[in-house]
Amino acid sequence: MSAHANLERRRQAIYGWLLLSPAAVLLTLFAFYPSIATLWSSMFSRGTRRRPSEFVGTENYADLFADPTFWIVVKNNLLYAGVTIPVSIFIALSMALWANSKISARGFVRTAYFTPTVLPMIAAANLWLFFYTPGLGVLDQIGSLFGLPSVNWLGQPETALWAIIIVTIWKEAGFFMIFYLAALQTIPEDLKEAADIEGASRWTYTRRIVLPLLMPTTLFIAVNAMINSVKLIDHLFILTKGGPSDASKLILYYIWEMAFAFFDAPSAAAMTIMVIVVLGIVAAIQFFYLDKRTHYQ
Amino acid sequence: MTVSAFVKLDDVAKRWNGQLGVEGITLDIPEGSFTALLGPSGCGKSTTLRLLAGLEIPDEGKILIDGKDVTTSAASDRNLSMVFQSYALFPHLSVAENVVFGLKVRRVPKAERQQKLHRALEITGLLGFEGRKPGELSGGQRQRVALARAIVAGQRLCLMDEPLSNLDAKLRNAVRKDIKKLQRDLGITVVYVTHDQTEAMSMADTVVLMKDGHIQQIGAPEDLYSRPTNTFVAEFVGAPPMSLIASKALPGFGEDKTIGIRAENVQIAPKGEGRLRCTVIESEFLGSETLIGLGHADATGLCVLKPGLSMLSEGNELDITFADENLHVFDAAGQRLAG
Repeated sequence: MSAHANLERRRQAIYGWLLLSPAAVLLTLFAFYPSIATLWSSMFSRGTRRRPSEFVGTENYADLFADPTFWIVVKNNLLYAGVTIPVSIFIALSMALWANSKISARGFVRTAYFTPTVLPMIAAANLWLFFYTPGLGVLDQIGSLFGLPSVNWLGQPETALWAIIIVTIWKEAGFFMIFYLAALQTIPEDLKEAADIEGASRWTYTRRIVLPLLMPTTLFIAVNAMINSVKLIDHLFILTKGGPSDASKLILYYIWEMAFAFFDAPSAAAMTIMVIVVLGIVAAIQFFYLDKRTHYQ
Repeated sequence: MTVSAFVKLDDVAKRWNGQLGVEGITLDIPEGSFTALLGPSGCGKSTTLRLLAGLEIPDEGKILIDGKDVTTSAASDRNLSMVFQSYALFPHLSVAENVVFGLKVRRVPKAERQQKLHRALEITGLLGFEGRKPGELSGGQRQRVALARAIVAGQRLCLMDEPLSNLDAKLRNAVRKDIKKLQRDLGITVVYVTHDQTEAMSMADTVVLMKDGHIQQIGAPEDLYSRPTNTFVAEFVGAPPMSLIASKALPGFGEDKTIGIRAENVQIAPKGEGRLRCTVIESEFLGSETLIGLGHADATGLCVLKPGLSMLSEGNELDITFADENLHVFDAAGQRLAG
C-alpha cells in the first residue's frame, strides 16, 4: 500500500518539476544569472589596458553616491514616477468607466483609447517630436493662433522632463484602461441595480462598490506602472537624449550611457543593482501591504 | 375592493426594439398583500417587476405606488426594496455592511442603523454572522442576507425576483415558509416573481399568471385552480395539469369546444359503462397514490389517480367516467365559458 502511495507521490513530484523546468531554465538563464553576474561585476574596478580590473568591494557604489549627475537622475526619475504612475492610473480609470458605460460608438472610443498602446514607442516619440518642435510643431501652431510665443518644449530644462512625462502618460493610460475595462466587465450588472434601489448615487456606487472591486486590478496596474517608470525610456532617445543638461535624464538611460557611451561597465552594474533592489522593495510593499486590504473574488 | 390599491399598474407596456416585452399590464395590489407573478420563462414577469422597481421605464401606461405617480421616477425614489435572484450582495462588504448599505447611503444616524441592523439580523437568524463576507456563507445564508437587506429599511413594498431559485429543494420549502411569515409579521406588501407554481400557490394571496407578455388570469390560488379562465391557465396550474379533451369525443358538448377535467375528478368505470375508453400509457407511483397516465386520440394529459400502489400494465384498455359538474368548458379560442 505505502509503496504505491510513495510511487504515486514520486510521480507527482516528477510531473511538477517537469512542468516547472521550462520557466525555471529560461528565468535562470536570462534573469537570475545576469542579476548575479551584474552584482559580481559591480564590485570590480573598470579594467584598462594598463590597470587590469580588480576587486574593489563597494567603491563603485561610493563613487556613484558622490556623482552629482546620479542624484539629478534619481530626482528626475522620482518625479517622473511620482507623476506618471498616479496620473496614468487615474486617466485609465476615468476612460474605462466612461468607455464601459452605455455610450454610442463605444467600440470606436475603446479603439481610439487603445491606439497609443499599439504604436511602438519610437514611432510615438516621433509623432510627439512633431507636436513639440518649436515653430513648426502643432503645439506652437496652435499657440501662435492665440498670439503666444514659440516655446521649445524639449529644449529647455524647465519643460523637457514634463514633455517626456506627458508622452509616457499618453502611451500608458490606454493600455491600463484595457485592464480596467476587463475588470469592469466582471462586476455583475445587478450590483448596480441593487445599489440603485438602495438609493446610492452614481458616485456612491463608484466609490463604495466599483473602486473596491477594482482594487486587485489597480494593484496590478500600479506595479506595472512602477516598473514602466524605470523601464520605459525609448522615447528619450528620440526626444531629448536626456538633455538639456541632464534635465530629462532617467536612470535607465543613464545606465545605458554609462555602459555603452562611457564604457564604464562597473558603474552601470552598480546602478543596475540599486535599481533592482529599490524595485524589489517597492513591489514587496505593494504586494504584501496592499494585498491584505484588497478583496479578491 | 374597499381600500384603494397600494400599487397600481395601469395599461403598462414595454417593448424592446419593437419586440414584445409586456403589453397591457393592469394590476391592483392592495397593501399588505402577497402577490405572485407566475409564468413560464420569457413571459414578462421579471420585466413587470423591473418596471415596478424602476430598473426599466415603461413605454406606455402608468405606475402608481401609494397614490404617487412613479412611472418615470428613479428606483431610489420609489421607497421599495428588492431581493434579486442572484442576491446581488456586495462581495467585498461584510454581512453587516451589506445590510446597512442603504441606510448609510440615506444617512441614517449610526445608533439607529445599529439598532435596525440588529433587528433585521435577528429576524433572519443571522446574528453572529455580521463580520463574514458573502463568499464565506452558504447559499441559504446569502439568501437571508439579501432578505435582511430588503427589510432593514422598513420599506412597505418589497419586490422579490425568484429569490429561491438558487436553493436546493429542501431549503426552498423552509425558506418559503420563512418568507411568508416575515411578510405577515411585518405587514409588508410583497410582489414575488416565480416560475414555480408550488411557490406561487402556497405563498401568495393573489396569483398573476402571465404568458407572452400578457396577463392571463389574476386571482386567488384556488380560483386559478378551480376556475381557470382559459386553457393555458388550466394546463399551467396544478400537478398533474388539467387534461383537455376535444368536445367531439364527448356527446352533447358540440364540435369545437375543449373540455377540461382534473385527475382527481376522473373515476375508473367498469368495462362498457365509462364515458371514454382509453389506453394506459404509464403508471407513476407517488407514495400515497398512483398516477395512471391515459392515452386517447382526442385528449391530452388525461390521467387518473388510484389510491396506494396500483400499477396497471401499459397498453391495457380502461374506461373512465366523470361528473358533468366537474367539467370546465372552453370555447374554440380556449376561453372559459360560463359555468
